[in-house]
Amino acid sequence: MKLSDLTTQAGEWLRGNGPMSEIVISSRIRLARNVSGVPFLSKCTRHQRHSVESKVRGTILEAAIAPQVLYVDLEGAPEIDRQLLVERHLISKPHASAEGARGVAVADNETVSIMVNEEDHLRIQVLRSGLQLEEAWEQINKIDDALESRLDFCFHSRFGYLTACPTNVGTGIRVSVMLHLPALKLTGEIEKVFRAAKDMRLAVRGLYGEGTEATGDFYQISNQTTLGKSEDDIISDFKNLVIPKIIDFEVHARKMLVSDRAVALDDKVCRALGCLRSARLMASEETINLLSHVRMGVNLGRVKDLDIRTLNELFLQTQPAHLQKIQGKKMEGDVRRAARAEYIRHRLNGR
Amino acid sequence: MKCNNCNNQATVHLTEIKGGKKIEKHLCESCAAANEGLPVKSHMPINELLSNFVLQHSGLQKEQGTTCEHCGITWSEFRQSGLLGCQQDYTLFERDLTPLLQRAHEGATHHVGKVPTRRGGTGVPIRKQIDIAKLRKELAKAVEAEDYERAAKLRDQIRQAEG
Repeated sequence: MKLSDLTTQAGEWLRGNGPMSEIVISSRIRLARNVSGVPFLSKCTRHQRHSVESKVRGTILEAAIAPQVLYVDLEGAPEIDRQLLVERHLISKPHASAEGARGVAVADNETVSIMVNEEDHLRIQVLRSGLQLEEAWEQINKIDDALESRLDFCFHSRFGYLTACPTNVGTGIRVSVMLHLPALKLTGEIEKVFRAAKDMRLAVRGLYGEGTEATGDFYQISNQTTLGKSEDDIISDFKNLVIPKIIDFEVHARKMLVSDRAVALDDKVCRALGCLRSARLMASEETINLLSHVRMGVNLGRVKDLDIRTLNELFLQTQPAHLQKIQGKKMEGDVRRAARAEYIRHRLNGR
Repeated sequence: MKCNNCNNQATVHLTEIKGGKKIEKHLCESCAAANEGLPVKSHMPINELLSNFVLQHSGLQKEQGTTCEHCGITWSEFRQSGLLGCQQDYTLFERDLTPLLQRAHEGATHHVGKVPTRRGGTGVPIRKQIDIAKLRKELAKAVEAEDYERAAKLRDQIRQAEG
């Protein structure tokens, strides 16, 4: 498997066929782990950093966590490849732009990615389509076990798994669910979700995690407490309390839009679709915002001739690195915007 | 106002009572330092002044100076970056970390959840270590409560766990 093979498909988690996928885009769980006996990364020498990277890389490949594992050495990778991995949610933005020995292992149709030498020595991630938190936990727990049988992880009898930042200590778990909430945004009720999330000690972030804006009405809800609660409790809170409530809230808002503001809703959806089908220059953020409205239109049965999968693919393939990979050349400014607009017209007009 | 000694601007104003007589002096900084033995460094920024004050009264002074022998980090360096340097820091700074962790984790101070099944190198299964520690605590409680029947049971369990 090569990195360039990834561009042609949406990746398992964006396939849009998981449970509740009309509203829940993806379920993600990550575990932070550090190798015992070596300083955390901020205090690693160049040599130590290098040796952790090669030790962890060797262990991942040897543990055979999946039939096929793609390991990308990010220190030597070109910028566009690193950007591509960010767009696919396989690595974080800081990991893409950092320096020094670091990498990422990708496996199982991109449901698994293990960042090596990000903020912690290992950041294991499982990302699945729709609401599949229990499945994701089962999968990541097995990978963690497989790695732990070969590596000594830092563990403290009182504080649990030790992490560079004490906000992750304990379970080292971060559960994030990516939600598409256009109706709550349109009705102005999204603020209530933010407030409720804050009361429950949950963080709300944008499409690309920490420090990113919410574009296209996509929101990531994640836990902040990692100490004093078991993995099962954190996951079941999400699965049984938090997410169903937000889904109900969004469903209700969508119904309200259809019954009370159908014309305005159709106008929004059709304008977006018209723009995507005809425009000649298209910026990436604008594309996400327009696709978001069309996606809601398809989910509500207001647009009949498009499927969610095509839209999900477009969300990804219109991102800067993907677009350039697909076109096989470096492009900037209006040239890139023109190529994006043309690609979208081609996909949406069926030509 | 001019300094009583030279032509500089007077910034230090002293009022002295000597033998029931009031003497007012208006001096510039350097004359005040030379004649009255007052500190020259009078323009310490307010935030530095405050943080020094807080440090003196918070009992953090000792940890301020503590440096981890494994990674070389100090408490104040951690407070600036938010990142610890190595696993030993959790033990070294345990006392100061605890309130921070409580704030970040809804009051929690102890890990609940997954425990690695083994820790290579030491050869002692860590899950077992934690179980034994728990049993010991319970044993102490049982003894205190004079529940000797339970204490005997716990003692047997500990012996068994220790193999």
